[in-house]
Amino acid sequence: MSKDHSAFRSLRLEQVGRVFGAHNALKNLNLEIQRGEFVALLGPSGCGKSTALNCIAGLLTTSSGSIWLDDRRIDVLDAEERGFGMVFQNYALFPHMSVRQNIGFGLKMRDVPKAEIAKRVDQALATVRLESQADKLPGQLSGGQQQRVAIARAIVIEPPLVLMDEPLSNLDAKLRLEMRQEIRRIHAGLGSVTIYVTHDQDEALSLADRIVVLRDGEIRQVGTPEDLYMRPAKLDVADFMGFRNRINGRVAQQSGDQVVLDIGGVHVQGQARETITGPIAVASLRPDDLVAVAASEAGAFSALVEAIEYRGRDFFGSARLPDQTEVFFRSHHRLNAGEPVHLMADKSKLLIFNQEA
Amino acid sequence: MGHKHQTGLKVRLAARGLDGVTLLIIPSLLLMIGLFIYPFLYGLWLSFHPKDGSFLGNYARFFADPFLYETINKTLWIAMPATLINILFAVPVAFRVRLMQNQRWLTTLLVLPITLGTVLVAEGMLNYLGPQGWFNRTIMLLGLTAGPVKLVHNYWGVMLSLIITGFPFTFLLILSYVTGIDPALENAGKTLGARATSRFRHIFLPLLIPGLAITFCLSFVQAFSVFPSAVLLGAPAGPTRVISIAAYQAAFEEYDYSMASSIAMIMGFVQLGIVVAVLAVRGLFYRGPAVGGKG
Repeated sequence: MSKDHSAFRSLRLEQVGRVFGAHNALKNLNLEIQRGEFVALLGPSGCGKSTALNCIAGLLTTSSGSIWLDDRRIDVLDAEERGFGMVFQNYALFPHMSVRQNIGFGLKMRDVPKAEIAKRVDQALATVRLESQADKLPGQLSGGQQQRVAIARAIVIEPPLVLMDEPLSNLDAKLRLEMRQEIRRIHAGLGSVTIYVTHDQDEALSLADRIVVLRDGEIRQVGTPEDLYMRPAKLDVADFMGFRNRINGRVAQQSGDQVVLDIGGVHVQGQARETITGPIAVASLRPDDLVAVAASEAGAFSALVEAIEYRGRDFFGSARLPDQTEVFFRSHHRLNAGEPVHLMADKSKLLIFNQEA
Repeated sequence: MGHKHQTGLKVRLAARGLDGVTLLIIPSLLLMIGLFIYPFLYGLWLSFHPKDGSFLGNYARFFADPFLYETINKTLWIAMPATLINILFAVPVAFRVRLMQNQRWLTTLLVLPITLGTVLVAEGMLNYLGPQGWFNRTIMLLGLTAGPVKLVHNYWGVMLSLIITGFPFTFLLILSYVTGIDPALENAGKTLGARATSRFRHIFLPLLIPGLAITFCLSFVQAFSVFPSAVLLGAPAGPTRVISIAAYQAAFEEYDYSMASSIAMIMGFVQLGIVVAVLAVRGLFYRGPAVGGKG
């Protein structure tokens, strides 16, 4: 088992597709993942990320394409034969088995001798810090503990690949932060590949070495967290990475990747992330980078405040431009709904995209 | 003052879960008392007042007369295998059906025999499986047997009828237990390397045991009270003289209601004994929810 593990260098998905009836859930997915990498599949629900994960796990058959572990083709194998560890969204712990039996199940299926099972289960319990809960049933554990059992059960078989399907989505916010660190620590200790499906961009950014953004069954962008956060390649990726503001403007000037947009008479400059083709383009900006300023500052948008909320360090609100475009902004002081406001865009953070078809 | 007190009472009752809605149980409570509890208690009382005036005379007579006490074994000998066979058939079918898209058609098909009732099924079997029925004609035509196979008016006729009428009920119950098991558990088993037989043995079966126990009890009680098919399809004077026939004869041939009540009580206690035993065994197994976590 561990021999296989050390021998493997990369996982390759070649033109992988999956069709459900008339629906193309996954289209020609190409991806290569190196050993040791932590990759997040990120996207809104229905984007195909779970389908991709289940195809890799063998719980779904692929409709086209192939999956390779080095030069071994694995998409033709049953899930039982792949030997990947999987952590499910609802944990899927066997409710009638103790924590110890749950964790040992995969080893038992591999006919590992009892003494070794006991030893390795003890190690796994120590890794997820659950030594004291070993003889309880899953139903007697808290959500966070159950999730740790699920992780221990997946890693104890020393799989070349650990697949995680939104493992933290059922936990509360504080526990989620703690578990992120645990997952990262466990990944580092294993040295195998972790593929992590999530719709939460924060989770993907904080955990992954590389993020694959999916939409409608297609890869939209693959990159490091910094890449995706700072330099999204497409408008929808930007939208998903927190660039909530999409403001249409007329292209006034263009030199290299610097584009000036005329938005209702206000000229703003930003970096084009693709070749701008039409006369109208979209300015994409995080609410953080659109800040309420004094009326006297030049180059600010005027808008009417619609709603405002306090989020600790700053206030965040929504407002409408004269053309009724809704914008989201940050403010250092409280504003009231209905009040006029002047919003200044940080041009170093402003990205310009083509309009969506 | 009085009004205030009234509100107080209402609030206190509501806190104990008693409010206007509670009154809705009254009709069913009356039915239960009128049609079950009162007749049961009356029958129990009656069973201790035999014609000879002694307290336990009926029970003594029952257990002294092999023609009477052997009905217990004869009934068990039909009801037990019929129940077990139904469960053994139903489990694999349910495992297949749980993966099907159009379960509704199959369910409709299976509910039909329940609605037809035992008498119609018995009539059909008498015709089809009788010496001149298509079954025997076919196997004789194919030269499989020289003469007709006797499938009715004996033990096998009753057994077959109990399987035919009992299977849908057993199946539907088991299907609901099987589909109640979180499919993610099977997927977890797969990714951990468990093949189909291991998944059944280590994951499904332990989670199904409580449901199988309940199904066994309900199906068994149904089979144990077999009467129409034992008369119509069996040999009611011989191997299929089940306990309900003995009770019927006491009541409507000997007009000894006290004896009939005693037999009914004995029948009830045998059923109760089996059910209690099965539920006690069930208590040794895991009985919690069959899902693997939150969500």
